[in-house]
Amino acid sequence: MADIVFWIISALTVMSAAFVVLNNQLVYSAVALLFTLFGTAGLYVFLWADFIAGIQILVYVGGILVLVIFGIMLTNKIKSVRISHKSMQQGVGGVVIFWFFIFLFLALTKAPWVVTEAIEPVGTVRGIGILLLTDYLLPFEIISVLLLGALIGAAVLSRGDS
Amino acid sequence: MTVDYIFDFLTGLLGGFLGSDYLLLASMLIPCLAIFGFITIYALIVIYAELKVSSFIQDKVGPMGQGVGLHAGKWGLLQPVADALKLLLKEDIIPSSADRPLFILAPFMIFIGAFISFVAIPFGESIIVADLNIGLFYILGVGSIAVLSLILAGWASNNKWSLYGGMRSAAQIVSYEIPAGLSLIVVIMLAGTLNLQDIIKYQEGGIFNWIIFDNPFVPIAFVVYFISALAEVNRTPFDLPESESELVAGFATEYSGMRYAFFFLSEYANMFVVSAVAAAGFLGGWQSPFDGFMSTPAWSVFWMISKTGFLIFVMIWLRWTLPRLRVDQLMNVCWKVFLPIALLNIFGVAIWTVVFNS
Repeated sequence: MADIVFWIISALTVMSAAFVVLNNQLVYSAVALLFTLFGTAGLYVFLWADFIAGIQILVYVGGILVLVIFGIMLTNKIKSVRISHKSMQQGVGGVVIFWFFIFLFLALTKAPWVVTEAIEPVGTVRGIGILLLTDYLLPFEIISVLLLGALIGAAVLSRGDS
Repeated sequence: MTVDYIFDFLTGLLGGFLGSDYLLLASMLIPCLAIFGFITIYALIVIYAELKVSSFIQDKVGPMGQGVGLHAGKWGLLQPVADALKLLLKEDIIPSSADRPLFILAPFMIFIGAFISFVAIPFGESIIVADLNIGLFYILGVGSIAVLSLILAGWASNNKWSLYGGMRSAAQIVSYEIPAGLSLIVVIMLAGTLNLQDIIKYQEGGIFNWIIFDNPFVPIAFVVYFISALAEVNRTPFDLPESESELVAGFATEYSGMRYAFFFLSEYANMFVVSAVAAAGFLGGWQSPFDGFMSTPAWSVFWMISKTGFLIFVMIWLRWTLPRLRVDQLMNVCWKVFLPIALLNIFGVAIWTVVFNS
């Protein structure tokens, strides 16, 4: 049954992602993005990465997507905006996509994937926490400082010239 | 957990007739249906409580029956049933200028958001649908679906009051999620886990082992969490998103009939979720307040439900006692009062743990 659930979640993710890209109304794209993000969280659950799945929902759905929809809906007459899908440089684009597809296909089929036994981890939170404060302390702190800088920058920008 | 019990039971009962895949599916669907039934019955009870408590606070009698077989039954007990029937039978109107797909989607989304939180709530010793490793975190995460659906409802209605209501609720919930989350970090620090069952098991052994009595900083965290949770479920004094005197009914202005009922039901379901998290995180969850007294699995359900019910009663009590805040006061309280307090609390609990508990 896990296989069926996996395929349902994958189909949901891919189809809603396609809807995000192909739809020409921003509001519907933003709502479809919700299903893409949830589908991705579901895929993380299949990899036993429960904490990452939780973070995915908390940060992307609860934070980023809310802000995106907030911005879209505060825009005046957003429904009259039509994002055009005029394709330019179709020949070059086609060639690039063809070779990129070949490259990805070969990478997927030829790569020596390491297949391990499916073991059920006890929980990832403790491990992630210990790694963040030991081996990956420096990257963790650098990202914190970067985010703090972005926060201060956003506050300064939104204050205006007063 | 519960799913496994039901699966074993069904396998013993029907193992020869059906494949294990169908049985697994059934053993997952049965708890979901049970939760759905629980939410419905709980909503009827809380609506009745809301009517009666508000009446007693305002020195009225509330719903009453005038004898056998007359309108609302004895003591008005049938009033919530009548309300539910009224909502079911009302005409379902979709405004012609509304954004039809999103208008229809929003009530479903908000109900799903409330519904899937119940999956991780421990109702008693080993009575939990999914004993997730990240239970507390999961409930915080899926709570954000409510924000999205409220903005969608407000925007799709194509009505300025709805839009204002949706925007206010989004701003309010996103802001108050931060002090609420930071207060729960105190619980996580003390219990050392995100699993709600393990957090409750950590508080075993009577009322003084509950996390709220662990050290002097935790009661402050509990108060901050409870008030922030009140703001997250849009209850008075934080009901600006649907304040009748300014915004008609806020995001729900254009909704009628069953669609409105979904918003209504989700508000009450979310009240249960935040109260259950407060009860599990701070008040010992399903643990008995007296060590070893009335602490069988059956009693554990009683303790959990009564602790949660008490917190819901406090929410109703506050709603009919306090006036509504202004928008600027709302944001001031969140960012200038609760956020520093919550951060200091984390600091204080950390130092206390290092000095006294190690």
